[in-house]
Amino acid sequence: MSTKNEWPLWEVFVRSKSGLDHKHCGSLHASDSAMALQMARDVYTRRQEGASVWVVRSDQIVASDPDTKDMFFEPAEDKVYRHPTFYKLPADVDHM
Amino acid sequence: MSATTHSLEEIFQAKIDADVRIEPKDWMPDAYRKTLVRQISQHAHSEIVGMLPESNWVTRAPSLKRKAILLAKVQDEGGHGLYLYAAAETLGVSRDELLDALHSGRAKYSSIFNYPTLNWADVGVIGWLVDGAAIMNQVPLCRCSYGPYARAMVRVCKEESFHQRQGFDALNVMMTQGTPEQRDMVQDAVNRWWWPSLMMFGPPDAESTHSTQSMRWGIKRISNDDLRQKFIDATVEQARVLGVALPDPDLKWNEARQSYDHGPIDWSEFWNVVNGHGPCNRERLADRVKAWDDGAWVREAALAHERKKQLRAKAA
Amino acid sequence: MDANTLYVLRIADACLIHGQRLAEWCGHAPVLEEDIALTNVALDHIGQARSLLALAGVLEGRGRDEDALAFLRAEREYRNPTALELPNGDFARTVLRSFLWASFMKVLCTALAASTNAQLAAIVAKSLKEVRYHQQHAGDWVVRLGDGSEESARRMGDALALLWPYTAEWFADDEIDAHAAASGIGPAWSSLQSAWRAEVEPVFAEAMLTPLADTPFRSTGKRGVHSEHMGFLLAEMQSLPRAFPGAVW
Repeated sequence: MSTKNEWPLWEVFVRSKSGLDHKHCGSLHASDSAMALQMARDVYTRRQEGASVWVVRSDQIVASDPDTKDMFFEPAEDKVYRHPTFYKLPADVDHM
Repeated sequence: MSATTHSLEEIFQAKIDADVRIEPKDWMPDAYRKTLVRQISQHAHSEIVGMLPESNWVTRAPSLKRKAILLAKVQDEGGHGLYLYAAAETLGVSRDELLDALHSGRAKYSSIFNYPTLNWADVGVIGWLVDGAAIMNQVPLCRCSYGPYARAMVRVCKEESFHQRQGFDALNVMMTQGTPEQRDMVQDAVNRWWWPSLMMFGPPDAESTHSTQSMRWGIKRISNDDLRQKFIDATVEQARVLGVALPDPDLKWNEARQSYDHGPIDWSEFWNVVNGHGPCNRERLADRVKAWDDGAWVREAALAHERKKQLRAKAA
Repeated sequence: MDANTLYVLRIADACLIHGQRLAEWCGHAPVLEEDIALTNVALDHIGQARSLLALAGVLEGRGRDEDALAFLRAEREYRNPTALELPNGDFARTVLRSFLWASFMKVLCTALAASTNAQLAAIVAKSLKEVRYHQQHAGDWVVRLGDGSEESARRMGDALALLWPYTAEWFADDEIDAHAAASGIGPAWSSLQSAWRAEVEPVFAEAMLTPLADTPFRSTGKRGVHSEHMGFLLAEMQSLPRAFPGAVW
């Protein structure tokens, strides 16, 4: 099998226009970073989807583990006081 | 089956039933993973093999506008293949492994691409009928239970509607502004592609092997026969606008069903083509293998260059 | 056809014929990503050809549109430099030609910004952005292959040996260049040679390639006298419009 000769995988993030975040839009294979950027441009911005592109080696991404999802994310559930809707204000100032 | 697997499986199915997407690192049954790899990679292979019948006409496109449209369209198919390979890779297989399965004949791709493109109108008809049928099949996949596949399909479907419209437009110009020879060309293409397009939805529901489980897993949402009927009902009107005849004498409106009845589909032809005996099976695969083999030295050289660069950076 | 029309036609035909060759890769490139990238380059060339042929048609004043010029001329009436009609060969030859031509187009388009023909200046302003990308993309490949594996270096060397002698034609002036320079529509191409070398040489150095010595060989595509390959290219490209006169596509 030729997998050992496969070009590394890169994740592609595109900013669609100034003022917006870069958003993950897919991945591709490239042998080096310059190529990864060019390929990202050619593959993911053919319809003017992009004003800026990031690429990052997929194996460089550190991701949270779905098995620790409860420990990681559920403790935020009861912190309702972080949300503006928690506070009932008098009608006259409720647009605050 | 151990107790933990059982409960994991129950949690998994409960998520699917609640329309929660499955993501790459989530637990999933092996059979679900295998089914997805098979389906997504077949889909990806179909996209890149599907580039061939149309790229057959790129150098002969009859105007510069049509040449640009066709190139952009075939390029999109390559893009779709790429998005889909990437979705399959999230399941733990490499693109090279998937390509190896294609090249060695172990993997399948859509049989429609084993038919030849014999005249320029075939390019338009592929856009109108083949991409039209593909869209019918693909739109429900945007809601597929596996997140990366569903997201890839959203991107694919967005791009695909241009494909069907450009095909119809090319045919419409030939039918309304062209010469009698051009109209004959369009009718000839429709005659050859109509039945294979209907076969794209797969065997009748009663004979479809993977359907029930795929439905339960939220990989498939609508049955083959229902999609096929939907396609026919949409296409009859389009054919009328275009002024072409669909080559089925039994095609007629059924008031009670509020749908078109159609003549019998020759499933023996379908299975012959699936099993390697279509007009172009060998050529299509040979073309893919040749392109891949011819490119081997390029892929290796790019890696060799990168290794040299890294070494030099370290030495410096 | 007057000299300025022919001057524009040389550029237009170069884009057309190079675009036609690059389009042959569609579906057959070494990896999927590059298939898509090469097709983008082909599409840019066809776009450039359409604008420039339309302009040539206007300058000619006989009512021929982009398609009449692209598909219904005789071989001798095509004015592209011969280098661009040669078969693609392997990927090394394809990217090297693409790099050499994009480098030429970059200096040509830069100079044409000052053209006395406002339409031409506007067209090349757009093309310049495209060819800068082509040069970068193809140039990166020239470096990867020139300084890659033993095999890729050998193939790149072969490609250079084959293509380099054809570049001499680009800088061999004739009366059309003289007229263009005098009328201000564009530079004589010979005046671009040193700028072109300055674009090419740094990339060659990185790719371990050396420009070859000049040879007595001069191709003559710019004057309409082409290689044996041109007839086949045109037979294929023109087949439908020739077979169906009066058809509308």
